[in-house]
Amino acid sequence: MTGSILFEAIVFLAGAILCVSIAKRLGLSSVIGYLLAGVLIGPYVLGFIGEEGQDILHFAEFGVVMMLFLIGLEIEPKNFWNMRKTILGMGGLQVGGTMLLSYLLFIGLGFDWKVSLVISMAVALSSTAIAMQTIKEKGLMDTTFGTSSFSILLFQDIIVIFMLGFIPLLANSESATTSKNHGDQATLLESLPMGFQTLAIILSVVLIIVAGKYLIVPMLRKVAKTDVRELLIAAALLIVFGISFLMEYVGISPALGAFLGGVVLSNSEFKHELESTLEPFKNLLLGLFFMAVGASINFIVIAKNPLTIGGVLITIIVLKALVLYITGAIFKLKLDQKLLLTFSLAQIGEFAFVLLSFAFGLNILSQDEMDMLLVITALSMSLTPIIGIVNERFILPKIGTKESVKRPMDHIAKSQKIILVGFGHFGSTIGRFLRSHGVEATILDHDSNRVDFLRKMGFEVYYGDATRLDLLESAGIAEAKIIICATNKIGVSKAISKIVKEKYPHVELMIRTKNRYDAYELLNLGHENIYRESLDTSLVLAKDVLSKMGFRKYTLNRQVQNFKKYDEESLRRLASEPKREEDYIFKARQELAQQEKFLNEDFKRGVVDYDHHWDSEQIRKILNKK
Amino acid sequence: MKKILILFSHPKFEKSRVNLSLINHIKYKENVTFHDLYEQYPDFHIDVNAEKELLNKHDVIIWHHPFYWYSCPPLMKQWIDMVLEFNWAYGPKGNALQNKICLNTITTGGTKEVYCSEGYNSFTIKQFLRPFEQTAILCGMEYFPPFAVMGTHNLSDEVLEDYTINYGKFIDLLQDGLDINDLENKSFLNDIPQLKL
Repeated sequence: MTGSILFEAIVFLAGAILCVSIAKRLGLSSVIGYLLAGVLIGPYVLGFIGEEGQDILHFAEFGVVMMLFLIGLEIEPKNFWNMRKTILGMGGLQVGGTMLLSYLLFIGLGFDWKVSLVISMAVALSSTAIAMQTIKEKGLMDTTFGTSSFSILLFQDIIVIFMLGFIPLLANSESATTSKNHGDQATLLESLPMGFQTLAIILSVVLIIVAGKYLIVPMLRKVAKTDVRELLIAAALLIVFGISFLMEYVGISPALGAFLGGVVLSNSEFKHELESTLEPFKNLLLGLFFMAVGASINFIVIAKNPLTIGGVLITIIVLKALVLYITGAIFKLKLDQKLLLTFSLAQIGEFAFVLLSFAFGLNILSQDEMDMLLVITALSMSLTPIIGIVNERFILPKIGTKESVKRPMDHIAKSQKIILVGFGHFGSTIGRFLRSHGVEATILDHDSNRVDFLRKMGFEVYYGDATRLDLLESAGIAEAKIIICATNKIGVSKAISKIVKEKYPHVELMIRTKNRYDAYELLNLGHENIYRESLDTSLVLAKDVLSKMGFRKYTLNRQVQNFKKYDEESLRRLASEPKREEDYIFKARQELAQQEKFLNEDFKRGVVDYDHHWDSEQIRKILNKK
Repeated sequence: MKKILILFSHPKFEKSRVNLSLINHIKYKENVTFHDLYEQYPDFHIDVNAEKELLNKHDVIIWHHPFYWYSCPPLMKQWIDMVLEFNWAYGPKGNALQNKICLNTITTGGTKEVYCSEGYNSFTIKQFLRPFEQTAILCGMEYFPPFAVMGTHNLSDEVLEDYTINYGKFIDLLQDGLDINDLENKSFLNDIPQLKL
């Protein structure tokens, strides 16, 4: 249509908003909505997006890039090591099995062995984007199905690096360096002789790991110190774009570079902050990616050869499903989990686009072969959510395997999670006390120096602004039991309390306040667990003064308890009283007036004389009257 | 000269006329350690090791307390529960308190007359103090009858003065090695001939 970027943006956004809301309203996954929007605005239905679909796909790949970066962030090397058996076992089995079967299939269909090998590699990879999106949307990350899928996808994401390194070795030597198929400018990789290409890939991987540790983390610390939030967003984007650029320059998939970058940064204190900063971008760009996939379904190619394409598509899905089912069976998954795994990873993934066009660029694949496989890939991705729905609505209910009731201990501990916001003098005391009782809290703090220090001390601390829903979510508020606001900024506590009350009402809030005025405000917002930092310490001090004046300690101890009880009662009484003077100038005077009122009340009520227990004087008086 | 530990337990010592008088008379005596539990542990958080060390250093342990509801105030019960540990105070290896002397000094509101089978308290002081007696026996200590100031509700200042002086004399006697055989099966230490006024 028109070449205006603005118009295209409007088409994409409007299509997304319309289709995704309809899909969500119908209870379908958002992925279906995006794919449908892509088909709708694509060249074959409304024709808003024409031949430039490829370019959009290229741009939209940033969604996949960010997703892989975020997946990389979630893999702390420690977790990776713990999961090594499932990752290597399930992933290896799945990739190996699928490759073997599809290689035989394509050889049987009469393809050249090199072509068959490349295609079988592409087919073996599932779509991390679709699978992870669905798993997260349904909150299944902690199930065996979730971790199995994650392990398999992880293995695939890693094995792609080797595949990309291997494919050049398959290239026909006479056309490898002067690729006639490749339209873009030549990359560094292509200008290198054969053996060096593999070396260049390994080198760039090492470069990312080293840069991550000695360049990116120190840079983030510097940026965090400025305390300007958008700078951190800029830094996060810079990391992703920078790594992608480097990888593209070398000639390997930017998504893989980003994945590696994520792994490198997963051990840093910025993990959650980066995660929550990039999340909104990632989701939108992933949506764009899905739309581009939808738009790139070439209906002309399908129309030319509907039976072959349909046949190959179904055969591949069945074949992948079979391998997944067997993998699940070998690893003793329960039937429902096995089926979920089977149906959610049976598609060909976005890396197929990368591998196929890479092989196409090296003249291994012909134009026809690539067109057909790209359509099959797009179709298989589009089918996944539909297959998932069939499984969920019609197959799973008949099986009726319930989630096992007995959960291992760490699950219980995890679901009893405590989040501690602010690790200053107040919060650190709480954190240390909890920890000495074997209770670990997830700590959020906004001071990168402190975060750094605490991490060195072995605390689970994350840097970030805790008033943001996404950060709270990545800190695990959904599974939390208690959130402690130990910050001295009432604004922060109020913002958190608002989020928690609206989105996670099951989480109990415990809030520190500086004084009774802040306490009034929170009480009037309906919060009960309010801890005035001034109350206990001042009473301890007052108690010690009186003890030095010769009062007995036990009596003072009781009086402190009495005073606290009485003061908390009066706080709650007075919170509902209308505040007459809101004017700032009067505030100090008003405060004094109120203090005077309290003192008079205390005097009349006789706080100190309140305690008549063990007092024989009264008994003596009554007895002597007789 | 024997060393005496007064384990004093009174939640409202500052309001106790009788105990103030008794304690003030003896607390500065040589080789007497006055140990005020409610002042030391107002939050009931007893330092067991410090208490054991204190016990090790003394030959005579006096549980000095008002007689509340036929027993001692809660912190003293807490002290017994926590300090007299298995294999330290009792049990196969528990001989830390072996052969020390132990007794109660008590103040009661009711008179001696109401603490007997005909009185409204039905039982004697000695009967009420059985748990303490057996505790001391289990720990291998020699349990003496109590020093008791009774009828404190109607005690005149003159009589209180006598009790106070007697308590001082009694501490002296303990320090000089008062023997179980000197007690002639008296129910109260107040009644031994040396303390008769």
